[in-house]
Formats: sequence, structure tokens, C-alpha cells
Amino acid sequence: MIEARFNITKGDFEMAVNVGIPSKGVTALFGPSGSGKTTFLRTVAGLEKHAGCSLSIDGEVWQEGSTFVPPYKRPLGYVFQEPSLFPHLTVRANIEYGRNRSARAGISVDEAIKFLDIGGLLARRPSQLSGGEQQRVAIARALAVDPRILLMDEPLSSLDEELKGDILPYLDRLHEELKIPVIYVSHSADEVARVADSLVLLEKGSVKAEGPLAEVLTRLDLAPAHRDDAEAVIDAVAAGYDEEFGLALLDFSGGRFSVPGPPIETGKPVRLRLAARDVSLTLEKQTDTSILNIFPAIVAGIADSGPYQTTVLLDISGVPVLARVTKRSAATLRLEQGKSVFAQAKSVAVIS
Amino acid sequence: MIFDEASLSAFVITLELAAVTTAVLLLLGTPLAWWLARTNWRFKFIPEAVVAMPLVLPPTVLGFYLLIALGPHGPIGSIFESAGLQSPAFTFTGLVIGSVIYSLPFVVQPLQGAFESVGTRPLEVAATLRASPVDRFFTVAVPLAWPGFLTAAVLGFAHTLGEFGVVLMIGGNIPGSTRVVSIAIYDHVEALEYTQAHWLAGTLLIISFAILAVVYGLNRRFRPVRL
Repeated sequence: MIEARFNITKGDFEMAVNVGIPSKGVTALFGPSGSGKTTFLRTVAGLEKHAGCSLSIDGEVWQEGSTFVPPYKRPLGYVFQEPSLFPHLTVRANIEYGRNRSARAGISVDEAIKFLDIGGLLARRPSQLSGGEQQRVAIARALAVDPRILLMDEPLSSLDEELKGDILPYLDRLHEELKIPVIYVSHSADEVARVADSLVLLEKGSVKAEGPLAEVLTRLDLAPAHRDDAEAVIDAVAAGYDEEFGLALLDFSGGRFSVPGPPIETGKPVRLRLAARDVSLTLEKQTDTSILNIFPAIVAGIADSGPYQTTVLLDISGVPVLARVTKRSAATLRLEQGKSVFAQAKSVAVIS
Repeated sequence: MIFDEASLSAFVITLELAAVTTAVLLLLGTPLAWWLARTNWRFKFIPEAVVAMPLVLPPTVLGFYLLIALGPHGPIGSIFESAGLQSPAFTFTGLVIGSVIYSLPFVVQPLQGAFESVGTRPLEVAATLRASPVDRFFTVAVPLAWPGFLTAAVLGFAHTLGEFGVVLMIGGNIPGSTRVVSIAIYDHVEALEYTQAHWLAGTLLIISFAILAVVYGLNRRFRPVRL
């Protein structure tokens, strides 16, 4: 557990947070710009030193009162917004820079190189690499010190959409294969839904919510559930494939999704994103419909999203899902907490 | 033989003085420039102004104060005397002290600019890669500020070559000991020995041009790098 109690004042900006971040999986620090995400991350790394902060990782104190472990003595990896490679060193020397100074040896330089697939770039200078390649090298460089925790400050924000797509699979692998806890700063809902396990929602220097991703994204008292692109994240497992119709069969605790697309290796964990606007509600189970994915659900909450629409929180055997409906539909169906309904998912996206 | 023995010795002294001064300036100027580039001290403009003073002061003013300070009864001279050494006025050591002060801005300012253009990010990156402050300085700041070092060394060297007023005030024009080329030229002109003056002046002109051409040429190739 990473325990951070920060009280920071920088000019007009004030931050007062007290959070415990799990020391496994990816925790996204999510919020609009100016919410203090980067300040938080830099304070964790010790790049900013503020009085009135205390920080410990798995019981080991990094800052408390007059105790301040300088950044170079903290066993962490840091990926900055811009790749920030050393221009006077080759790619290999960049990666070895931290490795040669680290006392830990869980990951070798070669493993880091292989992990980010940059074996062909080692002799080059950073100026000879594309932006996406540079950021992959920067991630490898941070991994090669074998950090106890990896801090990533919007690592994709300096890249255009296409290059983001190049990096994301590596982040997925990081997530699946390495046991290193990650704090991932982002203001992109897309990235967060894709990489995070838990979420800390930051707004104007204070924590609005923290908890498992699926839960925080669907809480009706928080902003994410009311965005136009509000969505639920569901963890599922590939269970089979319908050859005849080209449907991947994906099981989750509330049932089975049939998703058109290529086969997925059976047993592989997948993450599904279900947008609130793609979920409709019926009182009776429809049989003569083109929609494949229909689940019985209980209405767990209702809240207005702006003047025209309503967002319904559904409980599908413990899995929270959102449905965006018009106010008229909510009235016609007499939706209220505890009511049994059927949730129809018009489309669902499979990631990782 | 183009140069007589006296001219030759003036050249040797001049080059020696420039080399020693440059070495001392790099040793003292680097930490000073580093501090000036990195500090957030609100009164940092005061040391900056002091460093820049030799740019505007008449060399005779600087030389006059140095003469007093370095003389046997001056604050610096008396320290030398009490240590059983000769006071540095009218000695080569005195010339080095004077030249170091006189050429200080030519070394500190390019270094400070180079360190500032390196910025904080590469050093922060190095810190997250386990490099201690000293380690970061030598493995990141110095290599990235390398063009600044080159400029500083060459400007310090070239500026010391051309020094006249300070040297005249505190060096005393002693042949074989403190007589440098610029003063030898002055003496030749005073004595209407234009041929010798031409040779010395022309040689100094060519050396200075060659040095500056090299540094500007190198700086074109090694643009100060930024992350």
C-alpha cells in the first residue's frame, strides 16, 4: 500500500489529499488538468519537496516530518510526459544509465528491451527515433531499474492518436505480465478504461473518490457517470467461439457476452467497455430482437445527467453497468431503485 | 629569425598566462556558473552584476585596486607575505590573479547560459534513474553543456591573450617575467620599432582569429542540445 498524505500550497493551488494506493495493479490518477495530478506524482517521486507531506510505501517511509528520502534513493521508475531521453547517449546507454545505478536486479536490460520491442534501435541516438519509439525507450529505461513502483505521467499525451495505438499494447502487456504497481496519471477516459484497475478521482487538489475502476466509473454521485461517453468496464474471460456466426463468447459473473470479431484464446482475460448510451432497458425480456446481449438487472440508482437525460445504474449479478435513457423513458418504465429490468447491450468493445 | 628573444619570451609568457588563467577560470567558474544557473535566490542579480563588472570597468580601475590589494601591504599581498611568500604584485602569480578576475565574465556567462539551456528535466530524469547530484552533474549536465564549456574556455583564453591594462598596472612590464605580447607591442610602438610591432600584432591577430573561427565552427556542429 502506498500511503500518501499531502498538504501542498503552490501559489493559488492547494492540495489536500489522503489516499492509500494498492501496491499491485495499475491505479489511474484521473482528473481534469489543473487538478493536481502531476504535482501528486512529482511529490511521490520526491522531485517536488513540500513541507506537510508524508508518504510511505509498504510501510517504508519516504517522507515524514524532517525525513525526506531524495528521489535518487527511491526505488521507483518515472515516465515523463515527453520521452526526455538523454540526447548525448545511444538508446542502449539510455537504458543502461539507470540499470547501472540500481541495486535491484529483478529485470535485466535485455528483458526491458525485449518487453518494449526496441532491440533494433539500440545503436541509435534519440534524435533518430520517432516520438512513439522514444517513449517506448523511455518506458524501457524506467523498467530497467527494476522499480518497486512505476510512475507514469500522461505517457501518451505527447503522441498523436496513431502513435498512442502503437504504445497501448505495451501498456497492456505491462499490466498483464509485470507485477510492478503502477500509478498512471491521465486525463483521458479512454486510456484509464483501458489500463487501470483502480481509480483515484482528483479534482482541484482533492480526492473525489477512490476505489476499483468499475465501481468509481459508475458511481452516480461522481462526474464520470454523467459524461457523454460514460461507460462501464467489465472484466470477462474468453470462453469459446461461435464459428458459424463469428462470435467470441465472453463470460463474466453476470452471464455471457457474444461479441462479433476474431476468436480469442479460451481462458484469456479480456476487458469489455460498455458505453451507457449503448444500453437500453426493457421490462420484459425481448425475444424477437436483433440484440444478442440481454441480461436481467436490478436498478441500483437513478440520476439526471443534464437537463434532458437520465443515467440508470444497473446491478447485473454484482457487476455495475450504466444505461443512458431519456427522461420520458424513465417515467414510462417507472424506473425506481430495486426494480427488475432487462438490460440490452447494443454494442460492446473488447480491449486487451 | 623573425622574432628576437625578447619577443619570443613575451609570447611564451602570454600563452602560459592564458593557459593557466583558463584552467583556473574553468575550475572556479564552473561551480559559480552552475550555482547561478540553478539558484532561485532572489538576490542572485548581485553576484551576476559583480561577475559582469570587468566588462564595463576600465582595466586601469581594476588594475589599480588589484595593485593595492596584491602589494605587500594590501589585504591579499600581506597574506602572501605572512606565509613567507613574495607578494604577488609584479609577479606572474599576480598576472594570473588579475587575469582571472578580468576574464571572469567571459567564462562564467557562457557556462551559465549553457547550464540554463540544459534545463531541469534531464537532471530530474537522471534523479529518477538513481543518479546522485554529483553523478548527475558529471554524466548529464556537463555533457549536455559541452558547447558552453568550449565557448567559455576559448573566450577566456582569447580574452586573456589580448589583455593590456590590468597587466600593465599589476605586472610592471618585467621582461622574461611579466612582459606579455600586448605590452611588448606597446613598447615597440613607443620606440618607433614598427617592424617588430607589426610582426607581434599580426601574429596575435591571426591566433585570435584562428581560435575564434574554431570555436564558432565547432559550435555550429555541436548545437547546444536540449531535451
